[in-house]
Amino acid sequence: MLIPHPLLGLRDAAEFTYLGDAALIERPDWQGEGADEAFHDYVYLRDNPAGAHRELWFHEHGDRSWLVVTRDTRTHEILKVELASDVAFRREAGA
Amino acid sequence: MRYSGLRLIKEALTGNKGWVPAWRDAAPQQSYDFVIVGGGGHGLATAHYLAKVYGRSRIAVLEKGYIGGGNVGRNTTIIRSNYLLPGNERFYEFSMKLWEGLEQDLNYNAMVSQRGIMNLFHSDGQRDAYRRRGNSMILHGAGAELLDRDAVRREAPFLDFDNARFPIKGALMQRRGGTARHDAVAWGYARAADSRGVDIIQNCEVTGFRIEQGVIRGVETTRGYIGAQTVGVAVAGASSKVMAAAGMRLPIESHVLQAFVTEGLKPVLPGVITFGAQHFYISQSDKGGLVFGGDIDGYNSYAARGNLPVIETVCEGGMAMLPMIGRARVLRIWGGIMDISMDGPPFIDRTHIDGLYFNGGWCYGGFKATPASGYAFAHLLATGQPHETATAFRLDRFRTGQAIDEAGAGPQPNLQ
Ligand SMILES: Cc1cc2nc3c(=O)[nH]c(=O)nc-3n(C[C@H](O)[C@H](O)[C@H](O)COP(=O)(O)OP(=O)(O)OC[C@H]3O[C@@H](n4cnc5c(N)ncnc54)[C@H](O)[C@@H]3O)c2cc1C
Repeated sequence: MLIPHPLLGLRDAAEFTYLGDAALIERPDWQGEGADEAFHDYVYLRDNPAGAHRELWFHEHGDRSWLVVTRDTRTHEILKVELASDVAFRREAGA
Repeated sequence: MRYSGLRLIKEALTGNKGWVPAWRDAAPQQSYDFVIVGGGGHGLATAHYLAKVYGRSRIAVLEKGYIGGGNVGRNTTIIRSNYLLPGNERFYEFSMKLWEGLEQDLNYNAMVSQRGIMNLFHSDGQRDAYRRRGNSMILHGAGAELLDRDAVRREAPFLDFDNARFPIKGALMQRRGGTARHDAVAWGYARAADSRGVDIIQNCEVTGFRIEQGVIRGVETTRGYIGAQTVGVAVAGASSKVMAAAGMRLPIESHVLQAFVTEGLKPVLPGVITFGAQHFYISQSDKGGLVFGGDIDGYNSYAARGNLPVIETVCEGGMAMLPMIGRARVLRIWGGIMDISMDGPPFIDRTHIDGLYFNGGWCYGGFKATPASGYAFAHLLATGQPHETATAFRLDRFRTGQAIDEAGAGPQPNLQ
C-alpha cells in the first residue's frame, strides 16, 4: 500500500504506524457534562465502517507528521490525504 | 445417517451409492423461535448445542455465503487453552474439554489432534512470564510444563537454538493443545445441527432487524423477512456492520489477518511451535503443508487480502526460528477479516434490545473457542443468563472497568 503524503509524495505504508479512526482527534472535554460517558465512547467504541474510513497514520520513519487518510476499507484504495494538523486547526477554527 | 467404520466398509463394497448430503439445503420458513445470524463455526455450534443440550427447536442459521466460507475455513487451525487471566482461561479450558469429546459428540471426524503447543522463550524475563502463565493454566486444570533448552531440543532439534539475537532458552508446553481440521469443524456442527432439525439457510444475508418498542421481532434478509423470538448474531468480521443495523456501535475494529501454507512435505514438525521474539506460529497439516501466520496487517480492513510488508515480516520470523523453512516454497497466502476487540477477549452478551444477543470480538483466537462459544451462546439464548465460563465477556466491561487486558496493550485493537 502506498500513501500519497501531502508534502513528500507517494510513501510506502510500511514507513507509517497506524492509530485508528480519525475521530480520535475530537477528544471530549474532560470537564464537560457527562465526560465519563463521552470518554467511554471516545476510547472504546468505533464506527468501523466497510467503505470510506478517515484514519490517523503517523509517518514514524519519515517526517514524523500525523496524517488523516481517507481510505476504502473494502479495497484499500486511498481517497484523500491531509495533514492532521490542518484538520485539527480547521476544527478549532470552527470550520 | 450415522458414520462408522462399518458404514465405510459397506459403502466401499456397494459402490459408495448410499451416501447422502451431510445437511439439507433448507429454504427459510416464515418464523422461528431462534434465528442465528452467521453460519461460521460459532453460529453452527450455537445451533447444535441449543438443540442438543438445551432441547430447543424451531432454530435457523442464516448464512450470507456458504458454510465454511468465513474465518472458520480460513484460520491456521490452532487449538489451545494457555491463557493467563481467569476470565479467559476458564472459558478456553472449557473449550478444550469440549474439543476432546467433539468427534464422538458430533459423530464426525474433525481431525482433532492434540500434538502439543510449544511457546518458545528467549530471555529470563520471558521465562518468568511463561512460568506465571503456566501456573495459571495448572490452576485451571489445563496442564502446562516448562521445558528447558535440552527438553525443547529433544522435541524440535531443527530450531535455531543459538540465534545471535534470540537464542532459545526453553518453552512453555501444553501437550493438550494442537490442531483440528477447520472446515470439518464447520461441516460436523452443520451436520449435527441439521440432524436435530435445525434449518441451515445459505445465501441468506441479514440486512436489518425488525425491532418494535425495544423488542426484536425478526430479521430482514435477502430471502425475505423472517420472524424470530430470539436472534443471536455471530458474524465475526462483519460484527460492526450487522449490529449497526440495530443502532449499536461496538468496541470492535475489523482487521485483516493473513495465513500461509507451503507445499506438502514429509512430517517434520511435531506440533505447534510459536516464536517468542515475534508473533509467528507454525504447525504442519496432515497433508504435509507447513501452515503458519503472524500479526494482523494493522489497519482497518474488510478486504480479505493483506499487504506485502506483513508477508515479509512473517517470513523473517520463520527464518529466525527454524531456518530450514527457507527451503520450502509457499503455495498459498490468503486473508480473513477478524473482529478485533479493544482488549483482546470476546463478547457473549445480551444487547439493549430484548431478544437480541451478540457474540463477537474473537480476534485471532476464535477457532479454538468454537465449541465453548457455541455452548455459552446457546446457554445465553436459551436461559437469558451468561454461561458460568463466559461471565467476563460483557459488552459493558470497559464502562465498569473490567477490561480483560491479556496482552497488556491498552485499548488499541491493532496491538492485540
Ligand atoms: C488467517 C486467520 C488465521 C486464524 N488462525 C486461528 C488459529 O490458529 N486459532 C484460532 O483459535 N483462531 C484463529 N483465527 C480466528 C478464527 O478463525 C475466528 O475467530 C473464528 O473463525 C470466528 O468465528 P466464526 O467461525 O463463527 O467466523 P466465520 O466463519 O467468519 O463466520 C461468520 C459468518 O457470518 C457470515 N455473515 C456475515 N455477515 C452476515 C450477514 N449480514 N448475514 C448472514 N451471515 C453473515 C459470514 O459470511 C461468515 O460465514 C484465525 C483467523 C484468520 C482470518
